[in-house]
Amino acid sequence: MTHISVTINGQLVERDVDPRVLLVHFLRDDLGMTGTHWGCDTTNCGVCSVLLDGQPVKSCTVLAVMADGHEVRTVEGLEVDGVLDPIQQGFMEEHGLQCGFCTPGMLMTGRALLDENPHPTEHEIREAISGQICRCTGYATIVRSIQWAADHPAGITNGQAEQHAVKEEASA
Amino acid sequence: MTIIDQPRAARRHEDAEDFGAEHGRDHAHNPAADDPHRPLGFGRLQRKEDPRFVRGQGNYTDDIQLAGMLHGAILRSPLAHARINSIDTSAALAHPGVVAVITAKDLEPLGLAWMPTLSYDTQSVLASDKVRFQGQEVAFVIAEDRYAARDALELIDVDYDILPVVHDARRALDADAPLIRDDLEGRTDNHIADWECGDQAAWEAVKAKADHVVSQEIVYPRVHPAPMETCGAVADFNKVSGELNLYVTSQAPHAHRTVFALVAGLPEHKINLISPDVGGGFGNKVPVYPGYVLATVGSIVTGKPVKWMEDRSENLMSTGFARDYIMQGEIAFNSDGTLLGLHAFALADHGAFNATAQPTKYPAGFFNIFPGSYTWEAVYGKVTSVYTNKAPGGVAYACSFRITEASYLVERMVDRAAMELGMDPAELRLKNFIKPEQFPYDNKAGFEYDSGRYEETMRHAMQLIGYEELRKEQAEKRARGELMGIGISFFTEGVGAGPRKHMDILGLGMADGAELRIHPTGKAQLRISVQTQGQGHETTFAQIVAEELGLPPEDIDVIHGDTRNTPYGLGTYGSRSTPVSGAAASLVARKVRDKAKLVAAAMLEVSPDDLEWEKGRWYVKGDPTAGKTIQEVAFAVHGTMTLPDGVDGNLDAVVTYDPPNLTYPYGAYFCVTDIDPGTGKVTIRRFLAVDDCGTRINPMVIEGQVHGGLTDGVGMALMQFIGFDEQGNCLGGSFMDYLIPSALEVPDWETGFTVTPSPHHPIGAKGIGESATVGSPSAIMNSVIDALRPLGVTGMDMPATPNRVWDAMNGRATPPV
Repeated sequence: MTHISVTINGQLVERDVDPRVLLVHFLRDDLGMTGTHWGCDTTNCGVCSVLLDGQPVKSCTVLAVMADGHEVRTVEGLEVDGVLDPIQQGFMEEHGLQCGFCTPGMLMTGRALLDENPHPTEHEIREAISGQICRCTGYATIVRSIQWAADHPAGITNGQAEQHAVKEEASA
Repeated sequence: MTIIDQPRAARRHEDAEDFGAEHGRDHAHNPAADDPHRPLGFGRLQRKEDPRFVRGQGNYTDDIQLAGMLHGAILRSPLAHARINSIDTSAALAHPGVVAVITAKDLEPLGLAWMPTLSYDTQSVLASDKVRFQGQEVAFVIAEDRYAARDALELIDVDYDILPVVHDARRALDADAPLIRDDLEGRTDNHIADWECGDQAAWEAVKAKADHVVSQEIVYPRVHPAPMETCGAVADFNKVSGELNLYVTSQAPHAHRTVFALVAGLPEHKINLISPDVGGGFGNKVPVYPGYVLATVGSIVTGKPVKWMEDRSENLMSTGFARDYIMQGEIAFNSDGTLLGLHAFALADHGAFNATAQPTKYPAGFFNIFPGSYTWEAVYGKVTSVYTNKAPGGVAYACSFRITEASYLVERMVDRAAMELGMDPAELRLKNFIKPEQFPYDNKAGFEYDSGRYEETMRHAMQLIGYEELRKEQAEKRARGELMGIGISFFTEGVGAGPRKHMDILGLGMADGAELRIHPTGKAQLRISVQTQGQGHETTFAQIVAEELGLPPEDIDVIHGDTRNTPYGLGTYGSRSTPVSGAAASLVARKVRDKAKLVAAAMLEVSPDDLEWEKGRWYVKGDPTAGKTIQEVAFAVHGTMTLPDGVDGNLDAVVTYDPPNLTYPYGAYFCVTDIDPGTGKVTIRRFLAVDDCGTRINPMVIEGQVHGGLTDGVGMALMQFIGFDEQGNCLGGSFMDYLIPSALEVPDWETGFTVTPSPHHPIGAKGIGESATVGSPSAIMNSVIDALRPLGVTGMDMPATPNRVWDAMNGRATPPV
């Protein structure tokens, strides 16, 4: 067993882990953070993507011990004080998800892209998510979702959310 | 019969609202979403599922953690065909953390070494006599954590005698082919079944008189649905109560519970089958897999919950694959472009066990659709299925029960006829379409199509893609030696099985239930028998009830996936949900409405005949101010009022819907490709899908379903393929070999639609879940072949990978192996 200290979504977590345990299993099995999914074992599908020091990594190909002393951000860390990250809102606005299984990974990669490049082109978005597979959407709506987030960097604040809901209702 | 045409539908078509100027979409200015007069019910609506999924709060099978839960892992055969001499599990049992190791010897006394398949065959749960495909289940380890379970697999020693392999279906019926299913009494060969439709004599007569007859081998290779979530289960058996809670990746919870009752001998009322959030299905989660049975046995044996989740290679190598039809098409036509006859033969590779999931009386699925969208004097189809040393399956991957294969064949053959005639493939299709006034149409192969306006949809698509300009551009490019292709497919699907009198699975009629409860405050719960795997039932089914009752969709919760809380029905596959369960949802809401009418009449002290319905409210004819809303009625019926006859204190209702016929969605798809003459690389420049799925419930969800299917089509046509070598080794067992399209391989999809409602469906909806998967591969391949026409190419099989295209360019096109 190896002792590790990892900052996960801003909180310091200390644990003893078997050195061979994958980061994805550490998050899911040891910490019960099941928002990060597992999909392929071979770094091809990207559903396990999380941010390690702000950069997207596939957590099925990172050992938990490699995260020692580093910062990990997962889908559970996107919503802050009850306000959704614009990337989360964008996926709802533009139907960027269906079964929801690839969604956490897509959200994290989308977040990292916008952190680095707030106004990406369509091709830049496609390239950013090209290491991740979605079987449901055909990607176009994911691209639109990330574009929505780029166009709404403040997301929908509480007041706007109400307005938004009213508008939906009026048109419903 | 005339086609039911709703004014709203016609307007939508005129508006072509989801077809804008740029890339077929103008979602930012969707008139439906901004329309203040948009009725409660149908229209673009954000999904009710999304808030949990974007927060990572989905609850998938592998997310389930129970106290004391153990982990199972399956040892699989490295060989495609071998006799098992012995299995030594002692070292595995001694491994730290291992609780039990199960082999066929342990299952035999329980009668569980074999289980029935959905096609009345049997399949090994754990191999006892032989292994029959690479990846077959041999032993099951149960340990305290998933790592220990996997470690122990390495310690099991199996002694095999290698046997000769049938790796190619074309060799399965050879006199000297090794016998795969020697476990079946009296079996002497690898033949499974022959199936025919149409009229062979009539076809021969048409063939004799036609000006032209062309034949073509067309292979639809083996592919795999590969949902992002693999298959798995958590079994939790309680010895005291005898109750089994089984969490499982299931598209058909009720059917699976019944199969479990039959397989495991457990009383059905003691099994709670729970299909939580499902991370994609595409047909892969319809069969019952040995792992589900093993997790259950493991829980019974250990007295603890047991989780089994397969890994990606296990998913690709052992669970329900798709297609694998080696087809021969023959088309007869006259010089003026009149199509006369079509013959299709398919050699179907079903793998080592006949485990295809399809209606029992349809051993070739709905291959009956192979005449497609055209009128023929005669058609004749035959399918022969065989065993091979490959994983079992066949019906999966959004195929609408083999409609993908049939549709691919007819669309390739019609293009082949156009080539022979030197005629434009769009013109040839337009000349031979079934006409609107010919519906209901007997397709001469056993199906009666419900409705269609094919020419109108085709012309709409031609206009949207700019067909004539594209042909001009192509001519110019060809003159410069550039390879540009324009591919067309016009498919018709038959979806929404039953009716139950014709269609069953293991004797279970293909019908679906719906139960609607209206609470006193006017909020509702709809319980349905089908199970979403991403289709958005929680939203669209609420919209169906909203449309019928005038309740806001947010006041209606849709409950599904747990057999304890939902009515019986056969589940979600073959685009069944909207055609069957959607009809049930609509009818159960109408029952509630009818009951509410009686109550409203009593409240208003008028006769029910004096009431008129507007969305959400019954009112007195001639006096619109005197009325009762559905919410007022709901509270009153639970109150102290004197109830009218026929109402017993609630508005709740239950129905089971038995569809009178399949529904027949259709579409016109156009694909523009450019091929690099130096490398053979195919680029899809544009893809337009114009779909007619009848009445449209939520255009946003429909667009999503179409986009996903189109991407499936790109995968199958250009990338995905599961091959086998001569030893029966699976060559597509990981995402490193089995290539799935990423965002860079697909274009920005263009979509359009027409609306031709189904005349027999309560709301006229036809289903959309699989249309694009059915329609897109033929459009892409017809485009690739069209691009290669100047090089003399008249056909090539999927996948059109650069090396295979290069071979075709150089006259060496071969079927995939």
